[in-house]
Amino acid sequence: MSHKSWDGTLSSTEFYVAACAFAKQWRKFNPSLPQWSWVTCPKRPWISHDNQVGYLSVENVILPRLSEEADQKGDIIEKEECVSEYEDEVVDTAVVVHNGGPGVHRYDFHAVYSASYRVPVLYFRAYCDGKLTLYSCLQLMLYFATLYGQPLLLDEIEKDIPVHSAELLIKSKWTFMTQEEHPELNRPWYTLHPCGTSEWMKLLLSTDASAAQSGIPVEKYMISWFSVVGQVFGLKLPFEILNLVGADTIVLLVSVNYGFVTFLVVCIWHLNISLTFADRY
Amino acid sequence: MVMDYKRGGTDAQQYVWGGAIPLQIHLHDSEVTTLPPPPPALILAPRLGYLPLLVPQIKPFFSSSLPPGVDTVWFEYRGLPLKWYIPTGALFDLLCAEPERPWNLTIHFRGYPGNMLPPCEGEDSVKWSFINALKEAAYIINGNCKNIMNMSQSDQAELWRSVLNGQLEAYLRVSSKLKLDIVGDDFAFKLNSTTSHSRQSTTDLDTTGTIRTGRIPVRLYIRTIDEDIDGLEDAPIVDSWEKISYINRPVEVHNEGKCFTLYDAIKTLLPELFKDEPSVDSNTCEAEVKGGQNSNEGSSKSTEERGEAQTERAGLPSDSAEIKLIRIQGIEPQLEIPFGWVVNNLMNPEYYLHICIYVKVLEPITI
Repeated sequence: MSHKSWDGTLSSTEFYVAACAFAKQWRKFNPSLPQWSWVTCPKRPWISHDNQVGYLSVENVILPRLSEEADQKGDIIEKEECVSEYEDEVVDTAVVVHNGGPGVHRYDFHAVYSASYRVPVLYFRAYCDGKLTLYSCLQLMLYFATLYGQPLLLDEIEKDIPVHSAELLIKSKWTFMTQEEHPELNRPWYTLHPCGTSEWMKLLLSTDASAAQSGIPVEKYMISWFSVVGQVFGLKLPFEILNLVGADTIVLLVSVNYGFVTFLVVCIWHLNISLTFADRY
Repeated sequence: MVMDYKRGGTDAQQYVWGGAIPLQIHLHDSEVTTLPPPPPALILAPRLGYLPLLVPQIKPFFSSSLPPGVDTVWFEYRGLPLKWYIPTGALFDLLCAEPERPWNLTIHFRGYPGNMLPPCEGEDSVKWSFINALKEAAYIINGNCKNIMNMSQSDQAELWRSVLNGQLEAYLRVSSKLKLDIVGDDFAFKLNSTTSHSRQSTTDLDTTGTIRTGRIPVRLYIRTIDEDIDGLEDAPIVDSWEKISYINRPVEVHNEGKCFTLYDAIKTLLPELFKDEPSVDSNTCEAEVKGGQNSNEGSSKSTEERGEAQTERAGLPSDSAEIKLIRIQGIEPQLEIPFGWVVNNLMNPEYYLHICIYVKVLEPITI
């Protein structure tokens, strides 16, 4: 992939490489968390017999229970600290993290390659007490919608950016959760719509200084991707893993991980610039 | 799509848009509370439509018989809950090996299988699913969804209404604004330059029947048959969606001047099923196209016969599987037909071509 012309997408083979690299990086920096693994799809006579047909999966991720008080600004810092502890740790803050007792919400996350959009797509499901619960997904969506979602963002952003950009935000639908059939599992899963993915991936990785020499590094793709989509769930990558992607990208990724509003403003600012110079981007 | 809204589309498009499947809808036993039980509802379901859109027509037949409660409608064929986001025609082509007329379906108003199907709240859900598919197709064709995102409210409403009501002319009028060109205008224009009953000259088709380099939205449904059967009517019923493989992958076309045929398209999607095949001679393309044109306007039976012959030739067994049938919009097109023609004429309004393939598996597959 050449640096200047890269459009933020990758092939299915590149996705496989990126996914395996990400699983390794995650294991190295988050050994105590549930691990990502590649799930190979069952053999079919029309699929060539290689392991690349499949998806990346992490299961039984425990997200903190969300309390009503956490939407006040003062609590957000504490919440950010404890969301990175997934299992077996109880943190004494305003938001209590359960360590596996009853009523805990567990999540499965799958990163599945989309041949149409040529990017990974996030699919997820929630369980409570071993039973599949759609209700907790809805709760989660509602909670994050108020914190990170469009209504709040629009209020904040509209004050600072031109009207045209606000319209762009509405139209582009940055965070967009729906329920769809999982491409491999014949069951309905929740998913984040992929149609903006290539644009913000291009934004994140095109600024990478090392990319100018050797093309976009596939090994960094999933770190950047997960930084953004994980954000929707309050899942933040530890700083050490972000270090892997290089100094320039870090600026953007840090803003992604620790201030989604900042990230969006930056994105919109970039897009504004692209739009004035080109008919298409 | 063809930019020929003045004439209301090509012959084939008119056939497809006018195509409908007669349904005989039975209320599920568990929901019958009256004696005698209500008779089944008989309705015509447009091929290009979706089952939930028929509910307003169907419900009056059964409303007096339903138990109290909130409606959560779903359809079922021989025990298989039907995926409401798959167009009715594709469902029929896939699940009825031997076309069943009328197609007997069961309707449920209660007990939605939420662990199997995403929720459906009537027309809005179907519309959302349709627009989403259209966006995905636009992304595949153009590399971005801007044309869809930038549609005015009135255009979007008009587009949806034309699909809802099966109005090809209105559809072509609005969809032409989307600038989703798969085949070059040149090809489209020549194909429509004559009246509906004259024969096309092959010279119009052969030189310009080329598809642009790029990606074409295709949805492939592969039904596996693991028993030895004499005819399609013996095919075991599909009792689980595990027996169907769904492949949502665009066909990549590299226009090298040779005619890119339907055969070529399927081969690029399922190369493993064509391993023993020599490559198709592109000179046959021109002669076969005329045959393909004729058979489309003729009876469906002759098309099926020809289609079967072609399929047998193409689906030479690989190690473990062979193609028994390729069905698009209820017909079995000859595989030598230029893919551009197939796409232009047989695609659904969301710009996807839905292809049903029956594959005979020679080894049992573990599910």
